[in-house]
Amino acid sequence: MDNNAYGDFMIYVDNKDLVIPGQILADDEFYPGRGTFKDSGNICSSVMGLVSLRNKKIRVIPLKSKYVPKKGDVVIGKISDVKFSMWELDINSPYSGMLPAFEVFGREKKELNKVFDIGDVLFLRVVEVDEVKKAKLGLKGRGMGKFKGGVIVDITPTKVPRLIGKKGSMINMIKDKTKCNIVVGQNGLVWVSGDKEMENITKDIIKLIEAEAHTSGLTDRIKNKLTLIIDGEEAVEEEDFDDYFDDQLEKPKLQNFKDELEQEELEEKKNDDKDFIDSYKEIKKQNKKDNKNSLSVGKSNTNFYSILNKKDDY
Amino acid sequence: MIGSSLREDGREYNELRPLKIEVGVLDRADGSAYLEVGGNKILVAVYGPRESYIRRLLKPNTGVIRCRYNMAPFSVDDRKRPGPDRRSSEISKITADALRPALMLENYPRSMVDVFIEVIEAEGGTRCAGITAASVALADAGIPMKDIVVGCAAGKVNNEIVLDLSEVEDKEGQADLPLAIMPRTGEITLLQSDGDLSESEFSKALELAMDGCMQVSEIQKEALRKKYTDE
Repeated sequence: MDNNAYGDFMIYVDNKDLVIPGQILADDEFYPGRGTFKDSGNICSSVMGLVSLRNKKIRVIPLKSKYVPKKGDVVIGKISDVKFSMWELDINSPYSGMLPAFEVFGREKKELNKVFDIGDVLFLRVVEVDEVKKAKLGLKGRGMGKFKGGVIVDITPTKVPRLIGKKGSMINMIKDKTKCNIVVGQNGLVWVSGDKEMENITKDIIKLIEAEAHTSGLTDRIKNKLTLIIDGEEAVEEEDFDDYFDDQLEKPKLQNFKDELEQEELEEKKNDDKDFIDSYKEIKKQNKKDNKNSLSVGKSNTNFYSILNKKDDY
Repeated sequence: MIGSSLREDGREYNELRPLKIEVGVLDRADGSAYLEVGGNKILVAVYGPRESYIRRLLKPNTGVIRCRYNMAPFSVDDRKRPGPDRRSSEISKITADALRPALMLENYPRSMVDVFIEVIEAEGGTRCAGITAASVALADAGIPMKDIVVGCAAGKVNNEIVLDLSEVEDKEGQADLPLAIMPRTGEITLLQSDGDLSESEFSKALELAMDGCMQVSEIQKEALRKKYTDE
């Protein structure tokens, strides 16, 4: 991004620059976004991460973070305790999640530990977060429920958008190559199920993506690496402008796609009466029409993707 | 004597010992750092913010930080009895106090950040080195901070105010003045004083220590950037 576009205002960093806590980013003619704070007329970074500049709003996308539950997120959790009328889950966060029994049975009375027991891994939605950040979870939605088999890989939650890629380009490519079912929770837990050998390859690849999320041209490199491991030969080099864009621009955009979505919705005053589920259904229909249903391998179709698609539909 | 070295190890009065910081050395910790300054070797691990199992420490409006400073039994010449003692309890407390003003844990209520400082080899100035390494590890863990706290000491040896005391200088010197600051604003988060200093000597030592902190701060920043740029 060009500095001159901002005229007389003082800005000390460029888009996608690596910054560290306490570093001065700009003067307060800019708006401080997430990962920044105002101090004596300057905007400073509060975390180690990459700068994202847009319309005089300055943000820092952290390279490492802990998941803080947010309403509407889809997460993967492990049952850590069974109580009288609820399950307690570890959702890879400083805060534990709880799944009330009525979310599962409705009014019926059943024994809780016969349905889900300690150690079970579930795919859930965050229904509500209270002021002390306790997350209430639910199972309503497509593909929600208990996982059978598979392995869990954990990555830092800020790198989830990178693992998904633009319009799911990265995740679909991995699914395609490894023939594994992959489900990504926004809390940074990833469930992988398939051939034992492929599970291990996928696990390594996901870890690699996490480690190199901040570098460019990643989708291509991962693709080559996967082809090399699985087929034993180098992939044919293809010029893919889509992927280039993916790495250059999409990352900061994807990071806070929800915020931006909300913002855009406000600005354009469009679709504001629709909730997630409605738009989700709509996208599903459209996807079927367009015959690009490759997103729905196994149980893995989540609202997460549909939000991406929704953005695309604007 | 002008121009020649005044100090035992051949340093100038305002010269730091060689310093090396490495970031992200431990896989299982959320953030970690390894620091070597002179003969000191310090390893710091940071965990959190995480759910606390100590209910009484939790605060409903913000997260809390807890520190543990520990010296390995083999870190000093005479074997140190393992376990906490008066000195390490004190340093644990002042380290937590020195780091706390920089942390922004408002977004993590009811959580706890744990900092473990392990001194593997000690050669004077471990508390400052511990603070320096701990704040780097906190930044590596992705914990929101106003600034990267940095520690450095000054003192008086042979009636001369010098920077960054070594073990011999600390034992035989007349005064020791450990200091920790937030370098961007220059706010002091830790200031201790041990020994005799006149008013003018004190201000001189403070100024020297500030200067040392700024130098160490540059190395901290460089070390943090290096983790993501050298690959």
